Amino acid sequence: MVKATDILDEQPILEVKDLQTSFFTEKFEVKAVDGVNFAVPKGKTLGIVGESGSGKSITSLSVLRLIQDPGKIKGGEILFKGENLLDKSEAQMRKIRGNEISMIFQEPMTSLNPVYTVGQQISEAYMIHQNMSKKEAMLRSTEMLELVGIPSPKQRVKQYPHELSGGMRQRVMIAMALACDPELLIADEPTTALDVTIQAQILELMKDLQDRLGMSIIMITHDLGVVAETCDYVAVMYMGKVVEYASVTDLFKNPKHPYTVGLLNSLPRHDVDLGDVELNVIKGSVPSPDNIPTGCRFAPRCPFASDICHEKLPHLEQSEEGNQIRCWIYTDEWDGDPEVNVNDQRST
Amino acid sequence: MFTFIVRRLLQTIPVLIGVTILTFGMMRLIPGDPAQIMAGESASPEQIELTRERLGLNDPLPVQYMDYVTGIVTGDLGTSVRNGRPVSGEIAPRLRPTIELAFYSTLLSVLIGVTAGVIAAVRRGKLSDSLIMLFALFGLSMPNFWLGLMLIQYFAIGFDVGGINTGWFLASGWGTWQQMVLPVITLGTAGAAIIARMTRSSMLEVIDQDYIRTARAKGVKERVVVYRHALKNALIPVVTVVGLQFGALLGGAVLTETVFAINGLGRLMVDSINARDFPIVQSGVLVFAFLFVLVNIIVDILYGFLNKRIDLN
Repeated sequence: MVKATDILDEQPILEVKDLQTSFFTEKFEVKAVDGVNFAVPKGKTLGIVGESGSGKSITSLSVLRLIQDPGKIKGGEILFKGENLLDKSEAQMRKIRGNEISMIFQEPMTSLNPVYTVGQQISEAYMIHQNMSKKEAMLRSTEMLELVGIPSPKQRVKQYPHELSGGMRQRVMIAMALACDPELLIADEPTTALDVTIQAQILELMKDLQDRLGMSIIMITHDLGVVAETCDYVAVMYMGKVVEYASVTDLFKNPKHPYTVGLLNSLPRHDVDLGDVELNVIKGSVPSPDNIPTGCRFAPRCPFASDICHEKLPHLEQSEEGNQIRCWIYTDEWDGDPEVNVNDQRST
Repeated sequence: MFTFIVRRLLQTIPVLIGVTILTFGMMRLIPGDPAQIMAGESASPEQIELTRERLGLNDPLPVQYMDYVTGIVTGDLGTSVRNGRPVSGEIAPRLRPTIELAFYSTLLSVLIGVTAGVIAAVRRGKLSDSLIMLFALFGLSMPNFWLGLMLIQYFAIGFDVGGINTGWFLASGWGTWQQMVLPVITLGTAGAAIIARMTRSSMLEVIDQDYIRTARAKGVKERVVVYRHALKNALIPVVTVVGLQFGALLGGAVLTETVFAINGLGRLMVDSINARDFPIVQSGVLVFAFLFVLVNIIVDILYGFLNKRIDLN
């Protein structure tokens, strides 16, 4: 199978193959991530999009092997610069975390330790990974605060998280993540908890820093607006599986998967007057994890679903542009209307 | 920080006034005539009247109270009924064993309680967690006079195990370490159990917080995550419990000192209650109340150091 990223000559910085992460309760296993594939090209941004519970956050935590009990990575490969992270020891992983791969989280209000100063928390990364002295690390932390656009960094570095606003705290999180100049930054809904104006500033900052530092980014979000603004490639996830992987222009221009179309339709638009039409939503809701549909996971909610969709799970197939799609419509086995075009359903 | 401490000290003044009103009232509320009691059972009416005059019991209550407070401030706590010596002279030498006993017991319960609590939380659901919680329940349910007697039986009197006698420690007195071990264990056990349970639940809450995940994502070692990132947050509620626990500890000290024949304030109180030596009982209560208030000021200051969200000023 050819990968979407093969169009680029370079080896992708991160390649995830058939990743499976499950949570085990006493009665059953919840497959939060069920055979996920994607690649992040060097210096580019990959968006992972999906509803709550689609497994996007678990995917990102799996990459850093930060899944806590009762969760477990069951299988697959996570190739970072060609090396499988699942083969690494815990000590080797610690050298990668916060150093080569960093992560920022959704909740800046609770993601910083309330009993240590901002400076102490950023310094820790320098002291762990670069063996700096306390004093030197503090100096570098101040520089990092300046880099992420925090005014009067010399005072701020001595402050505690509760003395900063949400936007400021997210900037601190970014400063901490970027302290050791990582090659890959995983941002798990970095702007979801912020005001719209602050959101724009944070995204702008991340883009600017990417240009300056040349890192790759995985942007996890449920906001297609954020995807359009920041990403080069997009993986759309539904119930623990990637259903579509495409470049951001292809995805918005010509979405293939009925679920992607549904997501795009549910975006409110201000550029076209739709008259007195209600906002389109995807009918139904994500099935509970102990009641997974047998065929395509999306079939029960899909307006195009035919017999085969309810019976068999489609494979992730390559399209001619190098994009990937998991849907029966694009296969020879399709038993529904041969003339079907999912884009007919688009609201514009 | 300095202004916080000063203000916190000033805030204790109303509490201390309350305490003196209570101990003052105690003397006036005991059944019978205080002068009769103070003068002794065989005193003549003249002697009683003389005592009444000497104690100022003919004065109006507010005047008596002011005299009492003036006495406390100047170190005059009255005289013992039993031997007529000044109360302050009776109490002073007894303070040291009691304070030492309370201090070492607190230290023991904090060290053992926090360590056990952290281990139980980190190994949640495993055998070590269940064992620690079982011990904690046991430690909490044992009355400390019973625990004291058992320790004396097995580690002071001792028994032979393969030619070795287990009577390593002494069952009475205070001063050498052999004398101190058993009473400190007796008094510290219940506190250790409470602190262990408190630390465990507090750690479990903290360990699931987002900032713990942040620390792990930074590449911090798990041991450092637990002890530096989690424990410092988890200790905030524990410190409050330690302060309140100190009250129970002083009560326990009365029993422990009696069991181990330690010449401390607690034992003096028990003896004085039996002998109806009310001036000493009254002053003993006053000293215990002062100690409790003092320890809780220290706890408050510590709390401020731990919890940066509390604005000390």
